Amino acid sequence: MKPPPFKYYDPTAQNEVVGLLSSLENLKLLAGGQSLLPMLNMRFVLPDHVVDLNRVAGLDFVEADAGGGLRIGAMTRQRTLEFSADVAARAPLIREAVLHVGHRQTRNRGTLGGSLSHLDPAAELVTAAVALDAVVALRGPAGLRQLAMSEFMLGYMTPATNPDEMLVSVTFPALPAAHGWGFVEFARRHGDFAIASAAATLVTDAQGRISKVALALGGIGVVPLRMPELETGLLGAVASEALFADHCRACATVEAMDDALVTAGYRQQLAPVMARRALMAALQRSGGGAATQPH
Amino acid sequence: MKSRHTFGERVSRIEDDALLTGRGRFVDDIALPGMTEAAFLRSPYAHAAIRRIDVTAALALPGVIAVLTLDDLRPYLTTDKLAVGMPSPSYRLEVDRPILASTEVTYVGEPIAVVIATSRYIAEDALNLIALDADPLEVVADCREALKPGAPRAHRALPHNLVAEFDITYGQVDAAFAAAKTVLREKFWQHRGAGQSMEGRGILARFDESERLLTLWNSTQTPNVGQRLLADLLGLEETEVRVIAPDIGGGFGPKLVFYCEEVVIAAAAMIVKAPVKWIEDRREHFMSTTQERDQYWDVEIAVDDDARVLGIRGSLLHDHGAYTARGVNIPYNSALTVPLAYNVPNYRMDVKLALTNKVPVTPIRGAGQPQGCFVMERLLDRVAQKLNLDRAEVRRRNLVRADQMPCTKEIKLRGGTFVVLDSGDYPASQQAALDAGGWSGFAERQKAARAQGRHIGIGVANYVEGTGRGPFEPVRVRVSASGKILVASSATAMGQGTKTMLAQVVAEQFGGEIDNVVVTTGDTSAMSSGFGGFNSRQAVMAGSSAHSAAMTVRAKAIQAASHLLEAAPEDLEIVGSRIQVVGSDRFISLGDVSRALAGIAGYRLPGDMEPGLEATAQVIVHDMAFSSGSAVAEVEVDVETGEVRVKNLVLSHDCGRMINPTLVDGQVIGGVAHGLGNALFEWMGYDSNAQPITTNFGEYLLITATEMPAIKILHSESPSPLNALGVKGVGESGVIPIAAVIVSAVENALEGLNVRLAHCPISPMDVLKAIADVRKAPSES
Amino acid sequence: MTGASRRAIKLQVNGKPHAAEVDVRLTLADCLRQEFKLTGTHLGCEHGVCGACTVLLDGQSVRACLMLAVQADGRAVATVEGLAGADGKLNILQQAFKDHHGLQCGFCTPGILMTLTECFADKPDLTEQDIRVALSGNICRCTGYQGIVDAAMDALRKMRSLL
Repeated sequence: MKPPPFKYYDPTAQNEVVGLLSSLENLKLLAGGQSLLPMLNMRFVLPDHVVDLNRVAGLDFVEADAGGGLRIGAMTRQRTLEFSADVAARAPLIREAVLHVGHRQTRNRGTLGGSLSHLDPAAELVTAAVALDAVVALRGPAGLRQLAMSEFMLGYMTPATNPDEMLVSVTFPALPAAHGWGFVEFARRHGDFAIASAAATLVTDAQGRISKVALALGGIGVVPLRMPELETGLLGAVASEALFADHCRACATVEAMDDALVTAGYRQQLAPVMARRALMAALQRSGGGAATQPH
Repeated sequence: MKSRHTFGERVSRIEDDALLTGRGRFVDDIALPGMTEAAFLRSPYAHAAIRRIDVTAALALPGVIAVLTLDDLRPYLTTDKLAVGMPSPSYRLEVDRPILASTEVTYVGEPIAVVIATSRYIAEDALNLIALDADPLEVVADCREALKPGAPRAHRALPHNLVAEFDITYGQVDAAFAAAKTVLREKFWQHRGAGQSMEGRGILARFDESERLLTLWNSTQTPNVGQRLLADLLGLEETEVRVIAPDIGGGFGPKLVFYCEEVVIAAAAMIVKAPVKWIEDRREHFMSTTQERDQYWDVEIAVDDDARVLGIRGSLLHDHGAYTARGVNIPYNSALTVPLAYNVPNYRMDVKLALTNKVPVTPIRGAGQPQGCFVMERLLDRVAQKLNLDRAEVRRRNLVRADQMPCTKEIKLRGGTFVVLDSGDYPASQQAALDAGGWSGFAERQKAARAQGRHIGIGVANYVEGTGRGPFEPVRVRVSASGKILVASSATAMGQGTKTMLAQVVAEQFGGEIDNVVVTTGDTSAMSSGFGGFNSRQAVMAGSSAHSAAMTVRAKAIQAASHLLEAAPEDLEIVGSRIQVVGSDRFISLGDVSRALAGIAGYRLPGDMEPGLEATAQVIVHDMAFSSGSAVAEVEVDVETGEVRVKNLVLSHDCGRMINPTLVDGQVIGGVAHGLGNALFEWMGYDSNAQPITTNFGEYLLITATEMPAIKILHSESPSPLNALGVKGVGESGVIPIAAVIVSAVENALEGLNVRLAHCPISPMDVLKAIADVRKAPSES
Repeated sequence: MTGASRRAIKLQVNGKPHAAEVDVRLTLADCLRQEFKLTGTHLGCEHGVCGACTVLLDGQSVRACLMLAVQADGRAVATVEGLAGADGKLNILQQAFKDHHGLQCGFCTPGILMTLTECFADKPDLTEQDIRVALSGNICRCTGYQGIVDAAMDALRKMRSLL
C-alpha cells in the first residue's frame, strides 16, 4: 500500500493554486491528507499531479467578524477548531462536532476545508456546517464566489467546486449568544465515522417557546439533511422531550443510504433518536447561560 | 548475597527495553545490502479459470527485476503444492494450496505472481501492468449453500465441497433424549474473524551461494516447521536452510501456518540472486492471511427436572475456506469443548467442513474453543429460562466438581488419548466470579436501572482451555565461559514474554540472577527441532524442558564445583553467578566451572566428568493441561440504538502455578479484549459473490481503549500434575468465555422483551432487529 | 510552477539535522525507516487507523503513513528513538510501560508512546477516561489496553511529582 507516482507541487500563493488547477489535468489538492493519503496508499485514486495546500498563505485562520459570526480558513486544522476560544464562544456546535472527528493525530492534520471538500455525508464537520447555514467561499480564475452549503452539496461526495476552483474559507453566520447546541452521533467506536449523527441549534424565549431551530442529520442520506418542515413545526411550541420525540418521528422516513455494512432501515431507526437527543442537548444549553463545555 | 527466586515473581520483562526505545528488530526493520522488494499479484476473483498471465509490460517497467509465475519457480521446487494438513481420517477431499495459482484461483487474494523490484513502490506500480486473463466461475460464498445438492463447486475439479466430516460421540445419546422430559433446541451462528496482529506477515530471504545457505527472516510462530518445509520444497538439506523469527509483532494463530509466500520469496531470492523482502500490507492481511470465520450449529440439550444435563446432540457446519492450510482441528476443538466443563453423560456432535471460495480457515487465538463454550453456555441459559432457575445455579449443578479431579472425559484428543481434566475447582471459580461481579445483588440494581429507563444485564460463563499441546519442545541450557546462562529453544516469542518466562524458569536454578540469562528463541540455527508457539503450549512444554535442562546443568555445575573447590556438593549453593561453599568465602564463578568442563587438551576433566556444561531437555507430555475459569460481565444496552457497553467484567482464572503473574494478567486481559471483539465488533464480511467487504480497519473493527472496560482478574492456582512446574497455559484463556458471557448479559439486559440471541458477534443493528422481531412475532407460549 | 518527482529535503529528527533526496511519493514513515534508518516507527495499516506510525511533527502527533516526506521539509520530527536519555536510560513514560506491562509484542508501542508524549504536553491533569480517549487512535491487539492505561496514569503521577 504505497502511493502511486505523481508530480508534486507546493505553491505558496492562492493564485498559483488556481493557475495549476486551470492548467493541469487529473490533479488532486492535498489539504490535511487524512482522506487523500489513505486513498493514495490504497491506489483508489491515481492522480498525475498533487498540489499541496499546506504552504499556501492565507488559508489558516479563525476570524471573529463584527456581526458575531465566524470566518474560518479552509486549511484551519481540526485541532485549531477544537481549541479556538472564538469557535467555543460563537459556534460551540463546531467544537462539539470536532471532538467526534477521528483522533488527535488526525485532527492535528485534518482541515475544515478538506472535510467539506471531501463531503463525506457522515463527516461531523459537514453536518455541523449544514446545521449552521455555513457559506463556503470558492476561488477561481474569475475571483471569489460564495455558496450556501445547500448549493455546495451537489450529491454524494460531490461538491459544487469547479475543476479550476479551490475552497478558501467558510463563513458561519452569527447565532444569538443564548442559543443552545447539541451534536450527537452513533458510531461503533470512539472516533469512527458516524453511522448516524444529528446537529442542532435552538433558541427559546423566556417561556421556553422555540423561536429558532436548526436540525441536520448526518450519515443518513447521501448528503447531510436539513429537516425544514420539522424545524418549522417546532417554532412557537414549548420545548420538551415529548415534543421533540413526537416531531422527530418524521426523521424515520428520510431517504437513507443502504450499504453492505449498515442497512437503510437501521439508519432510519437511528435518525429520530439522534435528532431528539441533539435537540435535547441543545435545549439543556439554551437560555443564554454560559456555554458549558461538553467533554 | 542470597539466592533469589524468579519463578512465580512479577519480574520485569527482558524484552522491554529494546521495544520501548525503538530498537526492536522486526522483519521489516532488517535491511540487507542489495536488497530487493516484492509485491504479489493476487486474485481479484473469488473463483476463476486462469487463461493467461502476461507480465511483459510489468517486466519492462524501470526498477522491476523479475516477475515470477509458477512456471518460473518450478525449476527450483520439488513440488508445486503445499501439503501441510495435519493427519486425520475425516478428510473426504484433498485440497492443498498451489505455491502460486496458475490454472484456477479459488479466493480473492490468492497469490498468482510476484514482482521483484528495487522498491515496494515500484513493485506495486508493476502489479497494475500485469495482464491477467481469466474466466469467472461459479462461486461458493456460504458454507451452508456449499453442501446443498447442485451447489457450485469451490474447485472445478472436485466432485463436491464436503472436505471432511466426523463425529464426536459418547454414551447413549438418543436413548437419553428419548427418556428426557425437557429437550431444548437452538441454532447458532458464530464468527471469529481475522487474526490482525499489528505486524502483518513478513519475509526477508537471502541465499548465499558460496555458503549454500538460505536464510529466511520470517514473522512466523513456527520457524522450525518452516525450515523443514522449505528444505523439502526447495530440495535443500536442513543445514542449508536457516529460519529466524526475529521480534514478532503479534501472532494470534495465523502465523503458525506455513504460507506460499514463504517458499516463493525464498525461491525468488535464489532466482534474482539478491535478498528479497516481502512485507504484507494490511489489505493483503485481510485477503490472504488465514482467518477463522463461520460456524453454524443446530443443537439440542436434554435435562431432567433438576436441570441436570442428560445429553447434548446436534450438528456443526464449519466454513473451511478454499484450501486445507492446517486441518480439521478448529471444528474438532469446538465439538470437543462443548461438554468439557460440565458433566454431560451422553453426547454426539456431527461435524461437517465445507469448502468455500474464501481465505483458508486456520486457528485464531482460541482455535474453536470459544465457539464450543458459547454453544454450551447458551444452552444452559436456555435451560435456566425454561425451568425458571438462576443461570448460575443451573451451571453449579452441572459443573465438573473438584472431587472428580482428575476427571477423564470420554472424548479423545486428536492424538488419540482421552481428555483428562487434570485439576481445578470449577464451582469455586464460578462462585468467586459471581461474588466479585455482584451477581447476588444484581436483580435489585437491574430493577432500579429499569425504573430510570436503563437496560442493564449480567451474564456468566465457565470455560476450560486445553493447553500445552505436546509432544515436546526442546530447550538447551548452557553456561558460557563468561558465566552467562545461555538458553536456546525452538519456542517462539510473539509478544507473550516467552524469553522472560524461560529466563525465570532457568534463573530459579542459577541464583535468581535473571540478568545473567540470555535467551535465544525462534532461530533454527540455535535449536534444530521443535514446533513453536501456538495452542498455549510454550510455558507448559518449553517451560518444562527449560526446568529439566536447568536442573541437569545446575547439578553438573555443583558436581564440578565440588571437585574444583574440594567441597561436598551438599555444602555448595549457587548465588548470583558463582557457586560458593555455604558459610565460607570460598567460591568459584560459573564461568570458571564452564571453562574447567570445556577441558584442556591433554588433561583430564575435573572428576573425570563428561565435558561441557550444558544440557538439552525435551520433556514429553501427551496429556493436555486444562486451564479453567469463569467470567461474569455486566452490560448496558441502549435500546434505541442497539449499542452494548460493557460496564464491568470479572474473570476468575486458574492456570496452575503462575511463572509470572503480571504476564498472566497480560495474557488474560489481552484475550478478553479479543473476546470482546468477537462478541461485539469483529466481522470478516464477504458479499454473495465471496468478495471481501471488510478490508480495512475502518470496516473491520478492532476494539480500542475507549471500548475496553476495566477488568478484574481473580487468580487461583491448582498445580497441574502433568508437569514438574505445575503450570498450565494461559494464552487463549481470556478469549474463550467472553462471547458467551457478553451475549448472556445482553439477553439479560433485555429481560422482559423476550429477546433471544444465538449468534456472535452481535452488532447494534442485530440488537435492534432482535427487539423488533420479537415485537412482530406472535407471542410464544 | 513545475511539478517535481524527486525533492531534496532537510528536517530535524529528534533534534538532529537529517537530509535526503526522496521520491515525492515517499511517505514520511518510509522516509524515517528507509532513508534515516529509524525503524522504531512502525507501519501497521498504512491507512491512518492503527496509529503505530504516530510521530510528532513540530510537537504534534501525526500519522507518518498519511504524510509525504516532502511535507516534512523544514520541520521538526520526533520519534520513539528520541525518547530515552542520551545514556539510553528509559524516560518516565517508557519506564512506566516496563513497570506496568504496558506492552507485549511491542509493535504498536512506539506510536502509543508518541501519542501519550503529545497528550501529556498538552494537558498534564488527565483522567483515566481522558487517557482512553487519547489512545483511541492507537490499536493494540495484545494488551487489552489495561497495562497501557495503568502505565500512562503512573507516568502522569510521576511527572506531576517532579513539577
